Amino acid sequence: MKELFPAKQVMGFVFSLILTAVALLVYFMDMSFELGMTVLLVTAFIQAGLQLVVFMHAGESEDKAAIYTNVYYGLFIALVTIFGTLLCMIWGYI
Amino acid sequence: MDFFDRFAIPHPSPAIYASMVAIGLTMIAVLAGLTYFKKWGYLWREWLTTVDHKRIGIMYLISALLMLFRGGVDAIMLRAQLATPDAKLLDAQHYNEIFSTHGVVMILFMAMPFIMALMNFVVPLQIGARDVAFPRLNALSFWLFFMGAMLFNISFVIGGSPDAGWTSYFPLAGNEFSESVGTNYYMIAIQIAGIGTLMTGINFMTTILKMRAPGMTLMKMPMFTWSSLVANVIIVFAFPVLTVALAMGTMDRLFGTNFFTTDNGGMDMLWANLFWVWGHPEVYILILPAFGIYSEIISTFARRNLYGYKSMVFSMVIIAGYSFLVWAHHFFTMGQGALTNSIFSITTMAIAVPTGVKIFNWLFTLWKGKIEITTPMLYAILFIPLFTIGGVTGVMLAMSAADYQYHNTMFLVAHFHNVIIPGVVFAMLAGLTYYWPKMFGFMLNEKLGKWAAWLLSIGFLLAFMPMYITGLDGQARRMYTYSESTGYGPLNMVSFIGALIMAVGFAVIVYNIYYSIRYASRDISADPWDARTLEWATHTPVPEYNFAVVPQVNSIEAYWDSKKKGQVLFKDKYEKIHMPNSSGVPFIMGCIFFAWGFSFVFGLWVPLILTTIGIFVCMALRSFEKDHGHYISVEEVEETETKLRGAK
Repeated sequence: MKELFPAKQVMGFVFSLILTAVALLVYFMDMSFELGMTVLLVTAFIQAGLQLVVFMHAGESEDKAAIYTNVYYGLFIALVTIFGTLLCMIWGYI
Repeated sequence: MDFFDRFAIPHPSPAIYASMVAIGLTMIAVLAGLTYFKKWGYLWREWLTTVDHKRIGIMYLISALLMLFRGGVDAIMLRAQLATPDAKLLDAQHYNEIFSTHGVVMILFMAMPFIMALMNFVVPLQIGARDVAFPRLNALSFWLFFMGAMLFNISFVIGGSPDAGWTSYFPLAGNEFSESVGTNYYMIAIQIAGIGTLMTGINFMTTILKMRAPGMTLMKMPMFTWSSLVANVIIVFAFPVLTVALAMGTMDRLFGTNFFTTDNGGMDMLWANLFWVWGHPEVYILILPAFGIYSEIISTFARRNLYGYKSMVFSMVIIAGYSFLVWAHHFFTMGQGALTNSIFSITTMAIAVPTGVKIFNWLFTLWKGKIEITTPMLYAILFIPLFTIGGVTGVMLAMSAADYQYHNTMFLVAHFHNVIIPGVVFAMLAGLTYYWPKMFGFMLNEKLGKWAAWLLSIGFLLAFMPMYITGLDGQARRMYTYSESTGYGPLNMVSFIGALIMAVGFAVIVYNIYYSIRYASRDISADPWDARTLEWATHTPVPEYNFAVVPQVNSIEAYWDSKKKGQVLFKDKYEKIHMPNSSGVPFIMGCIFFAWGFSFVFGLWVPLILTTIGIFVCMALRSFEKDHGHYISVEEVEETETKLRGAK
């Protein structure tokens, strides 16, 4: 019975519901803009990772290495683009 | 008639009216010719509906050559206008339109399809595959690119050309300063072609990662395949930024949003930022496959294996990473502080290191090689010194403090032409000559080919070296004229002469194609250059299924080792071969996209909604279609193989 019960998926589903609930708090509670955005960004990234690993089976095929390399490379470029843009347009701008 | 007023040219001239007539007559001639020679069925069956990567490659090639002609004519007009002080050949508006379209056409509709052409034709053959991973997606990529290019090209006869430069910076490109639909054309045509390119990126990444012949590990892939893999990875990660930026620009122009406007919280320089987040990786998308072509050619004609295979691969991977870290060097003068500029300065200079590694590897490959100067090799050997000059001036531009002097001058123009012409264009022409026998079954004339290479090189030096000097003297780019007292006149005249010599060079290439079609021997082997990689191991012309038996690879230069060391490539017996079916949907979808883009440009909302529905209907049909491809039987394979062997 234990082999048949998809424990990982059920846990993942519960966890993704919790993440959604936490994200909803931003709407219902009176948070500052900074705190709200932080909560949204953190829950969004965890949610995306969860979906990719648990429900889209990123690590379960022989292409595991290629898939994760792509994900990490994409993450790297996204962060570089965002922080580089902030550096150019706001922080470093005189 | 009010409705039709919007299609009028806002700034007409006799030359544009003449072009309209010429375009009309050419279209009538093409349609009449197809009907007269009864070629409609042939065109539809063999080309418009094909999903064969080799034919798609050839269609990319033809488009690239046509666009090279168009961009080249633009270039000659620009140089003719600047050849003498206070010239009246073009007025300011026409000059703006011509340099804008020259840039877009040359980068996106000439260099990109040229690379796609070689990649499509060569990569599946080089890895021993029978087609790409998603053949129908590949056809759709081509048709989206083609329709995007055509949409962009009709702009100068319907509604007006874009005139805000190929970079289309806001606020100049906004509605306030660019009132005609020209910039709408820019946004939408590039969007359509860009979606096609993004799909190619996904397609070739998958093909190279998943469809290599047995035994071909990543570190046993030929260098051109490696360079294509890296370039496609960059495409997949860079093009989405362009897609988003163009969508925001389109919304600013058509729906009154304020992403890039100067008021209501808009940020005009954000466009420049996003454009170059895509734009700088884009130049590496162009140059890396070119490097791959040179690597193949240099090792073939130096009769040596490529020196430093691993360092070649690592330098490309490092370049791919760095290419995303340098974009702000395109706008050092925009107003960031010293810290930001220094960071981007350093990353930019660092990118010269892996590039230098590649240059030295080519030199070491040539060292003690038995060099044979064929046309492709001549291009490769001319490339090394000419490109290095461009690289060195690039490092000069990378110094942000000094860049305040160079920014927006002819020095910059000279620099990027100096890397793109010897780097990309020479590589594509070398690749064209090198792979021509595989594509068409005969070789291009060597003597004419070498004439063209020398004419292009000499013309290139005459055209662009003077610009370094006038640039340092302060001649700004994109100025349509200058006074005699500036003293730029004589050097600009030299540039014009150089441009004319380059035009002669291109004419020689065209004549060479004509001459070789008529007179070249068809009796050539499948491996006329005595080359080293798998694409030469199959027959010429390449059969539909590429390889009757999937090759087994156990070294970097599998085909060379099979010729010299007796390794056996084809071990198995013939089996039936599974191939994809042709489909008309990609072409039809491309046509719908063209109508969609045209409606979007002019804000014709009803046709826009209808064509949008049409696009989704095409996609839905594909989802529900059951298409399992077809099999080529063993008898048929045997028959084809016997025939092709007999032809040798």
